[in-house]
Amino acid sequence: MSAAPGITPPILQISGLGKRFGGFVALADIELEVGRGERLGLIGPNGSGKSTLVNCLCGTLRNESGSVRFEGKVLDGAPAHQRTRAGLARTFQLPRPFGTLTLAENLRIPILYAVQSRDGRAAADIDRRCVALLETVGLADKAARLPKDLTQIEMRKLELARAMAAEPRLLIADEAMAGLSHGEVDDILALLVRLNEEQGITIILIEHIMRAVLSFSQRLVVLVAGRKIADGDPRDVVRQDDVVAAYLGS
Amino acid sequence: MKNSIFVLWLIVAALLTFVAARLIDNAYFYFAGYVVLQYIALATAWNILGGYTGYVNFGIPAFIALGAYSTVVLHKLTSLPLIVMMLVGGIVSGLVGVGTGYLTLRLRGTFFSIATLAMAVVMQTLVTNWAFVGGSRGAYIIRPATVQYLGIDYIQYLFLMMLGLCVLTVGVARAIEKSRLGYGFATIRDDELAAEASGVPTLRLKLIATGLSGGFMGMAGAPLPYYVTYLDPASAFSLSYAVNTIAMPLIGGTSSWLGPILGAILLGTLQQVATVTISSALSLLIVGVMLVVFVVAAPKGIIGWFWK
Repeated sequence: MSAAPGITPPILQISGLGKRFGGFVALADIELEVGRGERLGLIGPNGSGKSTLVNCLCGTLRNESGSVRFEGKVLDGAPAHQRTRAGLARTFQLPRPFGTLTLAENLRIPILYAVQSRDGRAAADIDRRCVALLETVGLADKAARLPKDLTQIEMRKLELARAMAAEPRLLIADEAMAGLSHGEVDDILALLVRLNEEQGITIILIEHIMRAVLSFSQRLVVLVAGRKIADGDPRDVVRQDDVVAAYLGS
Repeated sequence: MKNSIFVLWLIVAALLTFVAARLIDNAYFYFAGYVVLQYIALATAWNILGGYTGYVNFGIPAFIALGAYSTVVLHKLTSLPLIVMMLVGGIVSGLVGVGTGYLTLRLRGTFFSIATLAMAVVMQTLVTNWAFVGGSRGAYIIRPATVQYLGIDYIQYLFLMMLGLCVLTVGVARAIEKSRLGYGFATIRDDELAAEASGVPTLRLKLIATGLSGGFMGMAGAPLPYYVTYLDPASAFSLSYAVNTIAMPLIGGTSSWLGPILGAILLGTLQQVATVTISSALSLLIVGVMLVVFVVAAPKGIIGWFWK
């Protein structure tokens, strides 16, 4: 089933997307639409092409075939920074903070470069906005610290805050919760749901923790060996035979 | 401190330096001081690319020589004032900086450095085979004895020009540091993928950095023919320029505009003193020893002792 039928056009349309590394087909013929305001879960075994898909969407990698449309505009060939400016932000699977900048300065970058470029004028109250964002993820007391002083979960929160600072309309969270404890996962989940419900940000969540994916997602997509094998209601999808087989073996 | 006020302070400092030099009233002071000032400009220019964006450029001699040989060409064809020659030299090497940047900035780390080194070798080969600027024989430049409208010796004039260039480069470097551009440069140094993901147009920023850095180095090299009065490719492309210009920001500290200045004053002065008292051959040894000491004892340079 395709999301958001009717009046509102999908925020993201992927058609016939393909990517290969040498002879290895990482993604083949991916078709996917994401509706505005939707919470989409994307799962798949290791090496199934999830991160490659994210990289193709965000411009870190170039897809060889197919096309990506974001809010109706074709993104193919656009460099990553233009996509971020267009409103498509991502977090990295392994946090990549700017090591020599303080936490507040880390958040300043997307405001200076993504938000300001989009609005075409200098952003007001940048300092206050950085602090407010840090408060949202519970890092306000460390605003003047460097990323090396953070714990793993704090690093992931910073990664998320930096993506939020770009004021995206579509946020792709690439394994934002890997390695976190039960409670920590719930914290991040609650944050993502709040972003989605209060600010209407469309979110694609890539995750291995099934409990998190199932509680978060309104729709679930499964990738296996670079192909989409399932797309639909999370409860139904996880019962599908080929999905079970992909995870547990047939 | 506001940039405009900072530049005012810089101008005051530069004028005081010139007044002090006049009071000392020894021609040698200008010759030695010129070299130290040249290194302040070079080290600051190098740091815009090397310190702020983290791209280590070994092609310094090429940019200096481009500026110097632009002056040789202009000297043979025209009788323009030195300040115009410095501007032309800056534009020429700035453009070459952008060009080299465009070709090499997809390379990272050591590979970029090697490419810039190769660029310097190519440039030297071209100049060595260009008869108009003297080829391998070199070019003689006859320096005017005095500058009429200022009523000072020409070496004082060169000293003054270099002071002016120092004010310009340091002013620009400091203005960049806490600006939007400076934050963009820092993200390139830290993580280019994350920078792109945050909306930073990394390629464009790197081209701005290579253009500014190369341009200022060319401006610093432009008065060189008048200083040495005989310029040949071997000395214009001297590797010691590269070694010194990289060592100075590293010793002073690369994270701030002050670092290259401290490094250039310390190292430049030591070298000049050693040249007079012991031997000019000692200067590279001094750089070597200082670098080893600082890499071990103060990896963040002199300013690293005071700032975290």
